Amino acid sequence: MKAKHQRLTLALLALVALIGAGLLAAFALRDQASYFYTPSDIVAKKPEAGQAIRLGGMVEVGSIKRDADGVTVNFIVQDGDARQAVSYTGITPDLFVEGSGVVADGSLTADGQFVAETLLAKHDENYVPRELEGIDMTGTPQATGTLIE
Amino acid sequence: MIAEAGLIALWLAAGLALLQLALGGIGLKAGRTDLLQAIRPVAVAQGGLVTLSFLLLIWLFLRSDMSVALVVKNSASVKPFLYKFAGTWGNHEGSMLLWVTVMGLAGAMIALFERNLKTATLVTTLAAQAFISLGFYAFLLISSNPFERMFPVPADGQGLNPLLQDPGLAFHPPTLYFGYVGLSVAFSFAVGAMITRDVGPAFARAMRPWVLGAWIFLTLGITAGSYWAYYELGWGGWWFWDPVENASLMPWLAATALLHSVTVLATRDGLRAWTVMLAVVAFSMSMIGTFLVRSGILTSVHAFAVDPERGSFILALLAIYIGGAMALFALRIGTVKEGSKFELVSREGALVANNLLLSAILGIVFIGTLYPLFVEAITDEKLSVGPPYFNLAAGPITLLLVAIMAAGPLLKWRRDNPKKLLNRLSIPILVTAAAVFLLVLLTTSMSVMSLLAMGLAAGIALASFAPLWKRNLRRTPMHVYGMVIAHFGIAVALVGMASESSFTEEKLVAAQPGTEIEINRWNLKFEAIEPLAGPNWTALEARISARYDGGETVEITPQNRMFASAQTQTSEAALLTRWNGQLYVVLGEGDSEGRWQIRTWWKPFVTLIWYGGILVALGGLLAVVGRLRRSRRQRLQREYAEVMV
Repeated sequence: MKAKHQRLTLALLALVALIGAGLLAAFALRDQASYFYTPSDIVAKKPEAGQAIRLGGMVEVGSIKRDADGVTVNFIVQDGDARQAVSYTGITPDLFVEGSGVVADGSLTADGQFVAETLLAKHDENYVPRELEGIDMTGTPQATGTLIE
Repeated sequence: MIAEAGLIALWLAAGLALLQLALGGIGLKAGRTDLLQAIRPVAVAQGGLVTLSFLLLIWLFLRSDMSVALVVKNSASVKPFLYKFAGTWGNHEGSMLLWVTVMGLAGAMIALFERNLKTATLVTTLAAQAFISLGFYAFLLISSNPFERMFPVPADGQGLNPLLQDPGLAFHPPTLYFGYVGLSVAFSFAVGAMITRDVGPAFARAMRPWVLGAWIFLTLGITAGSYWAYYELGWGGWWFWDPVENASLMPWLAATALLHSVTVLATRDGLRAWTVMLAVVAFSMSMIGTFLVRSGILTSVHAFAVDPERGSFILALLAIYIGGAMALFALRIGTVKEGSKFELVSREGALVANNLLLSAILGIVFIGTLYPLFVEAITDEKLSVGPPYFNLAAGPITLLLVAIMAAGPLLKWRRDNPKKLLNRLSIPILVTAAAVFLLVLLTTSMSVMSLLAMGLAAGIALASFAPLWKRNLRRTPMHVYGMVIAHFGIAVALVGMASESSFTEEKLVAAQPGTEIEINRWNLKFEAIEPLAGPNWTALEARISARYDGGETVEITPQNRMFASAQTQTSEAALLTRWNGQLYVVLGEGDSEGRWQIRTWWKPFVTLIWYGGILVALGGLLAVVGRLRRSRRQRLQREYAEVMV
């Protein structure tokens, strides 16, 4: 193979690999990126049932209820304007408490319940999930002051 | 006084870095060899002073000197010794000082030990190294002084984030920093070689040990980080595609590509421009990783503080270094002569494929990590990209990459016969096919990806030893063993990953004392729950007796810890390791009826993931030792020959 041909072949291969990777990435992104919703967002533009979304807000005070099986927990996430019922089966994060911030990955069921697969709570008093910044937390008396440093 | 001494040492080191840059620049411009001679001792002194500064900071932490703001914010006098020590770099200022210390030490090592490179290239490399360090010195001295005093002096410190109070923390960040900084050395070498138009095998051989060294540390750092997340976060997962994990994975991918292409340059004088480019990209990824973690722009457990000033500073450094290097690359690359040629089916061809596929994976991880930030900046819409994206996009390419990994080492340089390659690979291919067939027959729960991964792993495990076939094992160079072990390690890790994702069993129960839990062949009996107190925490501890397959009873004790200083809880998972897997038990909350949530997993062969990572790093270590010994021997022979003439 001549030198020029070799460079050309290599450049073409590189191009094909890059385009392939780009297409694969674009396809996967379109399919798999999950959008972040607050309860108000869900009221405004309801996502389809079963679509993977990420829900964030504050756990409403007095809303945490455990099922009789001892491992399923039901609670309400609110952002000051709207409320969303959530159910989760599993061990709740260490700092999952009423009046505190939470981010849940999961999807809506047909009857409007949000079923969470994973729960993220704030990990310490200095840390707030990025998506929760700027959410009005005045409706939750325990949550003032200490959440955002 | 110690804090002031540390600050003075830091200022002096910064001054010496400036001198190092000036000596290199003026010396080269004016052709003054006396100035060039002076750069080595200056680099050594700079390394010594910055190390002194870092040691003094450690000393302040160990003494719990509460007149220093950084110690107050990140330590407490009741903290165990190890965490006072590790707390030194468990914060922004300390970790930046660690970074610049490692850079200074690396510069000193180049100055002391590099004997094969042309003087001009060496001097330019040291000057480039000083230039990068200067940015970090400025960063420390202007916006994040670790030695700042605090008035009035508080009675005690605020403690360290309890999640980080773990032996993993003592070693994980410094290991990654060694890797990041090693790549900065490769970057400096590339800049030096571009400026002096010296891109060739000698430059590649000088750069290779640094790339290998950086890559070993990154491999260990990622492996340790993965295990830390696995047992400390209590979620049972070993990789979350968290942006901070990706920040360490991206430099690793670039370094892996670089260490393969640098071999082509060193051995065959090919891929010149590409190798220089990769060195620039690899360091860019280190800087981007540092930026992502340190600026706090990510949603992540690692982003403790949101501080835009620091973020912009690192971003500015990133733009200067990478932009400068890219501009230099664009200007100079036309003058880099094309290297020697090769056919597509050849060792070089396989290494090019390796590089392309690694770059593709790097691109996919890069897009997935930065896309949400990009979208949010433009449309204000918030979006998260998680494991489904990464697994779907990067998974198939990874499998293709490991398939090529089996073939590459069996190919000859320059040109080879495709039919002969198939012959050499016939047994591994058969093994792969047989493994996939058996798994389809015997198991039901495996996804296509896991099936392929497991099958390929079986083939690769065999193929990785093929380069030793019919060789005199005692005369085989050490770096060949290194390659064999590293490739075998990939196969081992792959088995662990496929097994964990396919065969993990999980149980979640609300248990009262006396409740028994059956999982796989384990029988767990919840005996009791008891309070417990540690040095700076209190805990609730569950006593559970575990029996495997009717065997001996072992007691395990998962805990929920409350930390006094930060009002924070962490759950400490209990792990039981057997040769064929790991039992993972987490204690959750109790309820009013006296029941406690207990979550258990049985994860068959999960430990292979990290053993594989360790094998990969071990392979790298053998390679670097072998290469260094060989180049030393060759230099001694050359010097001997010169003396004899």
